[in-house]
Amino acid sequence: MTTNATKKKIDKIGKETINLIDGSAKETFDKIIKNETPEMNFPIRSLSNVKYDPKKGFFELLGKLKTRSLNVNTIKAFAQTLRMMKLSKDLISADDIATKREAYYVSKNWGDARFKEQPESDTVMDDIEAMFGVNREKLGFIPEEKGGAVAGKLVVIDKDKDSGEEIRIDCTRFGSGAYSVPTSVEHLKFETKAKFILAIETSGMFERLNKHGYWKKSNCILISMGGVPTRACRRFIRRLSDEKNIPVYAFCDGDMYAFFNIYRTLKVGSGNAAHLNEFFCVPKARFIGITPQDIIDYKLPTHPLKDIDVKRAKDALKNDPFVKQHKSWQKAIQQQVKSGQRAEQQALAKWGLNYVMDKYLPDKLKSDKTWLP
Amino acid sequence: MVTKSSKNETHADRLAKEQKTISVSQFFERNRHLLGFDNPLKALSTTIKELVDNALDACQEITILPEILVQIQEKDKKNGRYVIIVEDNGPGIVKEQIPKVFAKLLYGSKFSKMQQSRGQQGIGVSASVLYGQLTTGKSSKITSKIGKDKPAHFYELHIDINHNEPEIVQDKIIEWSIKDHGTRVEIELEGKYQRGRLSVEEYVRQTAISNPHAQITFIAPDNEVTKYKRVTEQLPKEPKEIKPHPYGVELGVLIRMFKATQAKTLQHFFTTEFSRVSPQVVKEICKKSGVSPTTKTQSINHQEASNIFDAIKTTKIMAPPTNCLSPITEEILLKGLKKEVTAEFYTSTTRPPTVYRGMPFQIECGFAYGGDLRADELAKLMRFANRVPLQYMQSACAISKATLQTAWKNYGLSQSKGALPSAPIVIAVHIASVWVPFTSESKEAIAHYPEIVKEIKLAIQECGRKLGVYLRRKKRDAETERKKSYIIKYIPHVGEALQEILEITDTQKEKVQKLLKAKFEAPPEEQK
Repeated sequence: MTTNATKKKIDKIGKETINLIDGSAKETFDKIIKNETPEMNFPIRSLSNVKYDPKKGFFELLGKLKTRSLNVNTIKAFAQTLRMMKLSKDLISADDIATKREAYYVSKNWGDARFKEQPESDTVMDDIEAMFGVNREKLGFIPEEKGGAVAGKLVVIDKDKDSGEEIRIDCTRFGSGAYSVPTSVEHLKFETKAKFILAIETSGMFERLNKHGYWKKSNCILISMGGVPTRACRRFIRRLSDEKNIPVYAFCDGDMYAFFNIYRTLKVGSGNAAHLNEFFCVPKARFIGITPQDIIDYKLPTHPLKDIDVKRAKDALKNDPFVKQHKSWQKAIQQQVKSGQRAEQQALAKWGLNYVMDKYLPDKLKSDKTWLP
Repeated sequence: MVTKSSKNETHADRLAKEQKTISVSQFFERNRHLLGFDNPLKALSTTIKELVDNALDACQEITILPEILVQIQEKDKKNGRYVIIVEDNGPGIVKEQIPKVFAKLLYGSKFSKMQQSRGQQGIGVSASVLYGQLTTGKSSKITSKIGKDKPAHFYELHIDINHNEPEIVQDKIIEWSIKDHGTRVEIELEGKYQRGRLSVEEYVRQTAISNPHAQITFIAPDNEVTKYKRVTEQLPKEPKEIKPHPYGVELGVLIRMFKATQAKTLQHFFTTEFSRVSPQVVKEICKKSGVSPTTKTQSINHQEASNIFDAIKTTKIMAPPTNCLSPITEEILLKGLKKEVTAEFYTSTTRPPTVYRGMPFQIECGFAYGGDLRADELAKLMRFANRVPLQYMQSACAISKATLQTAWKNYGLSQSKGALPSAPIVIAVHIASVWVPFTSESKEAIAHYPEIVKEIKLAIQECGRKLGVYLRRKKRDAETERKKSYIIKYIPHVGEALQEILEITDTQKEKVQKLLKAKFEAPPEEQK
């Protein structure tokens, strides 16, 4: 990575980030010169280092730190972290961006300090992010994955990058397609009169609801999360729902992965990037289905729980601050473990392909009694 | 039909005319595989083995450092004809005994002795002579000299197979001035010579390991000379002869002993013919068996003998003396391994003597690890019984069983289930005993007595622990070395990254790198 790109005017956020990078490097340099052991401190990125206050609505860092002192075992990671900070500084200075994958390839110039696999470079990136308490977009890094697909009663107002001209994107006008959430959503503005946002786990279900114009019938916005929602997707839903004051309903599979990897991340954020959760989560989201009780009430076809599901359930009951706050979730998990069964969204097709639109969703939306917090 | 003329002759009478004693030699002729002459390859190695064992035993008897020559001459490769020559500097054999020692089967003094020795049955040498005679028709040539001023006798011997008696083909006095005393044996036989695990070379090499006090010269058929050097002047401790222990005697043997003993009474019999039998013990045995200590030994009947035999089993008798054993010793075994196996780590151990079925025995174990040994092969197991290498029937041997049952992973070696460890290692195990329990007369595999298997395992474990310590240290050293190179690899990156971010000068960058290098190369306690 070279810095030859014409120096553009660096904005305030960029300057702040560069100061953080320079400060950290200076501290390391000074310690070495003074013959002291340099160290880097990172918040521990796991569920054990977050707390959950339902009033605030998101996972907050507890403040436990991991110290990486420069020694034989850490020197490689140390060198890589410094190299990655340098790359970030270059990106900000040139007002450029690099995807996580590109950053990994840039490291191939670092000789022995290069990364063998991308997960290694992602980890170092996450470390820097956590160390400085900024999101990776501020460091100039962006994820590859798209944020999510949107269809329904919404107009997104974006800007043309060159002319600065407003672009109005009407999400009702994508036909059988959908609007795709960009990686950065902070500059977007919204216009909508929708009654709610339906955040859907699988793109298969999203396609069905979109094709049959479910958003017209129930005056809503459909968003496909495509598995665990990306940061951009979470942030998009958060801003949209906050600014337009509309409720968010999550519609997922009825299994542990949907509960704790998809829904919980959407609602309160993740343990891994807790330093960012405040902005990258949707505390007002509610889980409308598929609940363990739905499996019984709608006589859904099931699959047996795998050992790993049971393990995840037990782990959640024991360690997940979110689950520990919510009795109804604990009950639901215990009910599911006891039954030993799980069901997918698309299992509703047993009662007819459009049963989900004609019966299930209208039923569920009538009353919040069958939802989970 | 039985005719009138032979009216009094029954079938049994007629059969009786055909029945006669079979001489040992005749028996051997038909059953030579029992003694290790199953095939030409084995016959050649068995012959050398018997001759070398005898030579070493002979030298030991007069406490002289052995100098042994082993030569294989190729007579006729196509028909597999070889001449085996083994020469020693032992005491020699008196003239009158030579024919019997070499040309009469089962002639010897060792069989009945309770003493640790290499050969035991006294069948070996004459069996080789007989084998040579059967396969080539040639007689064997023996030269022997018993003292500096004594003449050297040269014999050509044949065995009269029907009568198991020596036949002297030639008997003369010859000039043999290079030696003060010693014996030279030449046997021509049908054999097969080859190299490898079961080769004669391997046998001689292993003999050199278990007998580092011997100087052995080996001349192969292609006249290549290999010298196995003596690395210790220390002769093995002379094993003592002991009396049998009551626990080791079977009923039939006991009855035979009653008949053969000079002792008049049972009391006297027990205290003189056995070791570790005190008057108190005799009293207990007699009380339990209901036979009086004053009973005349000659008058003891089968029932009484059987009662006595049962009484022995339930009576507590002190274990037999173990000072009769002559182990190689830890130190000498180590020397033996070091001189014949090029490795990087050696260890050995000698277990305290113990007892199986009334027989004292002692286990020793030695390892040679790494160095020139191949890492991609299974461990090499060397088995020794009373200093004699065992080459055949490895899988049937108690030593193999104990080795396979050892958890080698504990000592840092990898091992597939039911196999020898896969590592560059030589495992040498020696059993010394007044009576080594072989599974067959060819003396190739040791029987699986639980006491013996257990002792072998303990010996292997002792060496294994020492190997484990060595391997762990080696691994640690390698790890330190690896880390060192690791540091050298990444320090420049720290320096360069800092330079690029902070835009410091080259001098400053070099200073950073120098300081870091100094820091990491300092002893660990200063790294804090």
